[in-house]
Amino acid sequence: MDKIQLREFIKSINPDLEIKEGKQYIEVSIPPSKLYILAKELREKEETQFDFLFCLSGVDYGQDLGVVYHLRSTKFDHVVVLKTRTTDREHPQLDSVADIWKTADFHEREVFDLLGIKFTNHPDLRRLFLDSSWGFPLRKDYVDDINIVTK
Amino acid sequence: MEEKVINITTDEQQEYVINMGPQHPSTHGVLRLVVSLKGEIVKSVQPHIGYIHRGIEKMCESITYPQIIHLTDRMDYLSAHINNEAVCLTVEKALEVEIPDRIKVIRTIMSELTRIQSHQLWWASFGMDLGGLTCFFYGLRDREKILDIFEETCGSRMIVSYNCPGGLMYDIHPNFQKRVKEFIKYFRKILPEYDQLLSGNVIFHERSKGIGKLTLEDAVSYGITGPSGRASGFSCDVRKHEPYSAYDKIKFKEILFTEGDTYHRYIARIDEIWESMNIIEQLIDNIPEGPYAVKMKPVIKLPEGEYYQRVETARGELGVFIISDGNKSPYRVKFRSPNFVNLSVLNHIAKGFKIADLVAIGGSLDLVIPDIDR
Repeated sequence: MDKIQLREFIKSINPDLEIKEGKQYIEVSIPPSKLYILAKELREKEETQFDFLFCLSGVDYGQDLGVVYHLRSTKFDHVVVLKTRTTDREHPQLDSVADIWKTADFHEREVFDLLGIKFTNHPDLRRLFLDSSWGFPLRKDYVDDINIVTK
Repeated sequence: MEEKVINITTDEQQEYVINMGPQHPSTHGVLRLVVSLKGEIVKSVQPHIGYIHRGIEKMCESITYPQIIHLTDRMDYLSAHINNEAVCLTVEKALEVEIPDRIKVIRTIMSELTRIQSHQLWWASFGMDLGGLTCFFYGLRDREKILDIFEETCGSRMIVSYNCPGGLMYDIHPNFQKRVKEFIKYFRKILPEYDQLLSGNVIFHERSKGIGKLTLEDAVSYGITGPSGRASGFSCDVRKHEPYSAYDKIKFKEILFTEGDTYHRYIARIDEIWESMNIIEQLIDNIPEGPYAVKMKPVIKLPEGEYYQRVETARGELGVFIISDGNKSPYRVKFRSPNFVNLSVLNHIAKGFKIADLVAIGGSLDLVIPDIDR
């Protein structure tokens, strides 16, 4: 599918979604509550078959915390970017996609470790690089007086 | 007389846990594997990482784009040049800079040399992991020759930092083409020796065939890229799927197998060395004339937006995801490093094999720890 067809198709799954033509890929913004259902549909639908989650990044947008999913289909070679964000900085929670793409297991642990976003239904959510006494270093309000040089 | 019964079987039936690493020769760095064993059989492997976590992604948020390039060397230090290229390509794509052919060709040749030297070191240490110490000397002997070429042109042997946004730091050394051609001629003769030493060895076959099988479906689901993924039949070569630099102008084969065991991960890498030599031979005599760098603004600021660039390192797909807010430093940088993802499959494929096989499987995934920890 090319970009226009893909856009139409995702629109047909859920007409309320905000779909943007990014610089490279199609970007779909989606509220956290609907993320898991859309991800599962994109993975399983005959026409899309996004079976390769090649990047999962957590982002601190200042007010919100978010996660960006880069998906590719190995069969059709098309790419889509899913973006979700939550306003809750105290107890951010998103649905885990680790049962759809197994690679999400490690990626989500990394996001949990560095940004403190909890993933519900994750099989083994523990900190990955740091121990539990650390804060969440990739958050913009993280302060480390000793090691980080600030602008 | 009282008979003392010693029950041996209970000990064997009990599961016990041992630590492999962080300082273990076959983990190739500071990686700790917590292995649950039942007798000699591996029940589960839990990798514990972060011993050399430096927070490169956080550091990137407070430095400029040309400075980031020097940090990427320190991730996968065996694919240093390709990592540099990834950041440069992202910056150039964002600024829509047109790169002259000369730069593209030199970058491609250097990338392929990097790939060969990385696979040589992998071959050397993989042989050693399985008990063939000779491999280590042979592999490192030949790798020196490429490092010498790097030293002459880049001034540095491993951590080259030869790329900069808009081109290369300096032009190639006058001897570069001659020495690369000499090396290819030499190594075409030497590489069959590698096969005689290890690929055809019966002991090696016993240790690697059918060990650590990874199916195509799992390879895609776990996102295993690079030679490890291609050995399972996952067509994931970024050089083919999203060609960058000069890869769209040359002919080369994507090495694909379907078996997905340790042996085929090994063969995939050996075949890749042959392909890399083919690529270099196609380009080395046809380096176009032109400038070695495009003039860029002294302070590089990316326009607001998100940029993603994928490249094929020696170990798989490296993704650079930059979110820019228009300043001279990025708002957020994410490195999708191939080793981090490849490590996640270790538990899945090592389960049910013997602990000695765990060393073989780990070696065949070719993990570089600084790239996992970042």
